[in-house]
Amino acid sequence: MEEINALLGGFGVAFTPFNLMLMFVGVILGIIIGVLPGLGGANGVAILLPLTFSMAQQPGGTTSAIILLSCIYWGALFGGAITSILFNIPGEPWSVATTFDGHPLAQHGRAGSALTAAFTSSFVGALIAVVMITFLSPVVASFALKFGPPEFFAVYLLTFCAFVGMSGGNAAKTVASMMIGFALAAVGLDSVTGTLRLTFGFTSLLKGFDFLIAVIGLFGIGEILETLEEGLAFKGASAKINMKVVLETWKELPRYWATSLRSSAVGCFMGIVPGGATPASFMSYGLARRLSKDGKDFGNGKVEGVVAPETAAHAAGTAALLPMITLGVPGSPTAAVLLGGLLIWGLQPGPLLFVEKPDFVWGLIASMYLGNIAGLIVVLTCVPLFAAILRIPFSIIAPVIIVICAIGAYTVHNSMFDVYLMVVFGVLGYAFKKLGYPLAPMVLALVLGDRAEENFRNAIKGSQGDLSIFFSNGLVGGLTALALFLLFWPMIRTAVRAVRGGAR
Amino acid sequence: MEKGTDRSAASVRAVEIGVAIVILVFGLVVVIDTYSLGARWGDDGPQPGYFPFYVGLLICVSSVTILARAWGNAALAEDSFVSRGELKKILIVLVPTVVYVSTIAYLGFYVASTLYIAYFMWQLGRYSWIKTVPVSVGVSVAFFLIFETWFGVPLPKGPLEAALGLG
Repeated sequence: MEEINALLGGFGVAFTPFNLMLMFVGVILGIIIGVLPGLGGANGVAILLPLTFSMAQQPGGTTSAIILLSCIYWGALFGGAITSILFNIPGEPWSVATTFDGHPLAQHGRAGSALTAAFTSSFVGALIAVVMITFLSPVVASFALKFGPPEFFAVYLLTFCAFVGMSGGNAAKTVASMMIGFALAAVGLDSVTGTLRLTFGFTSLLKGFDFLIAVIGLFGIGEILETLEEGLAFKGASAKINMKVVLETWKELPRYWATSLRSSAVGCFMGIVPGGATPASFMSYGLARRLSKDGKDFGNGKVEGVVAPETAAHAAGTAALLPMITLGVPGSPTAAVLLGGLLIWGLQPGPLLFVEKPDFVWGLIASMYLGNIAGLIVVLTCVPLFAAILRIPFSIIAPVIIVICAIGAYTVHNSMFDVYLMVVFGVLGYAFKKLGYPLAPMVLALVLGDRAEENFRNAIKGSQGDLSIFFSNGLVGGLTALALFLLFWPMIRTAVRAVRGGAR
Repeated sequence: MEKGTDRSAASVRAVEIGVAIVILVFGLVVVIDTYSLGARWGDDGPQPGYFPFYVGLLICVSSVTILARAWGNAALAEDSFVSRGELKKILIVLVPTVVYVSTIAYLGFYVASTLYIAYFMWQLGRYSWIKTVPVSVGVSVAFFLIFETWFGVPLPKGPLEAALGLG
């Protein structure tokens, strides 16, 4: 019941006219960002983050700032569905599975019901995840209050090992991408000893690499280059949603309650475990196809095939904030950018946040409820407007987006060097994407690098360099063991299969 | 895209090997620099190079793995990483972007952005000047109003703003 009271307090914080306005502004910006090629949740939030610097300095301003940025995130999640369904272009990686049934529905003239189903199930998925966050995060946070440096490092280890083991791609590429992130994070002044590391005498490297620049370059410029190569021509289905279609679809949706619940569960779980929304959406689409009685019709335009991935993606995207606020470990690149925002505003993400800044935390959680309601209202009423954005010719929208990215990169530190760096990261992002190097581990490593190193150092300092500190008690030992298990999961799975196959 | 008729500019294998070598060099640089900083146990704890040294080692190990795999996979040599037509399209965008970014310091953000958007519309969109000029100037003016006036975030300005008394 304590949570309910805290949450009501949070509603008190979030439910001011100014914050409500920010929610709508954030959601609308987020949807635009989600619809535009080259802009997504992660780099959209990264570009707008510098604009919140002054806002965050006013009293209560950090809460308003996080409400604005997290609503951009919800908006981007909603926006991805619009392009997937109408244009067969997934605006975000987690919307890829939505195109499988969403676009055929649109081609059959049922774009309205596909969009309604997508938005409604996004909303349901997010709502379930927020309820989970409401009740689970205080528990996790109070548990994590007992954490010392070894435990925190073990949590980071777990995060990064999960990436390697669960990514399903090329493990060497995941490791390479992640370690490049760590190495870039180490550039600059070492906070413990005051030594300069990896700067090679360049003064511009003294401050190190800012992850915001990396995010803007990797995801923004990289994606524009990739899109250009395909020679983009948007041919979209028309988007009309009227109340009749909405109500008809809503009548149909309760039939898929099982799919909805299952996808939410998949999403919540995958969102907490880093790896996130994209695998969650594919997994729940696959599950729905296997378990549904008309599973063989999936791919030709089934509403259920839209419900499953959208619910899971939104649940995962929302659940990714749980480890971010409780442990300071983001579950997705966008959550990593939000975490970076907290650090810039002078807040220490982690369990202490619940004790020291309850207004902030519960204001944020309450805004998740309100922001998603705002999102649902905006998307259901304004889809044609947002779809019209995609009809702006690419030769106008592409340079404008690159200009926006450049402004975003510049405003982080008011430094031109960052803008040059952004272009370099853009080329890197393009090459990495095409070769199948995952970008998310690099971003997470860049954000968490310093904190991971600090905890590692403090931990082994306490044990005089003995690595057995990471197995010294049940808690840290369990976390480390779980991390190693996840790291070697592909090999373990192969071994288990071989043993089973041999037994038969 | 007509991949069949468009000749490949680089195979996946070549790019894969090239990128892996770049990563390997980066890893070696990290290892060497952090080793010279001290990557062992100091008097009162790990030396500053301790953590990044192992990060560098892992970069080397993973890039060598990627390199070895790409080297041994002849099938990748058949796959095109980027065709000539695609590469041309990318360079048409990338080169002006590099020029744009490097002129910001001299012309200021707004003038450089106007020229950049105009170039894009004219070169890629084949728009006439009647459409290009108002759109490119309009976008930059809008950005000026949003950032300078609304958000109060000053962006670099050049001679034009100085002449107009806005800088």
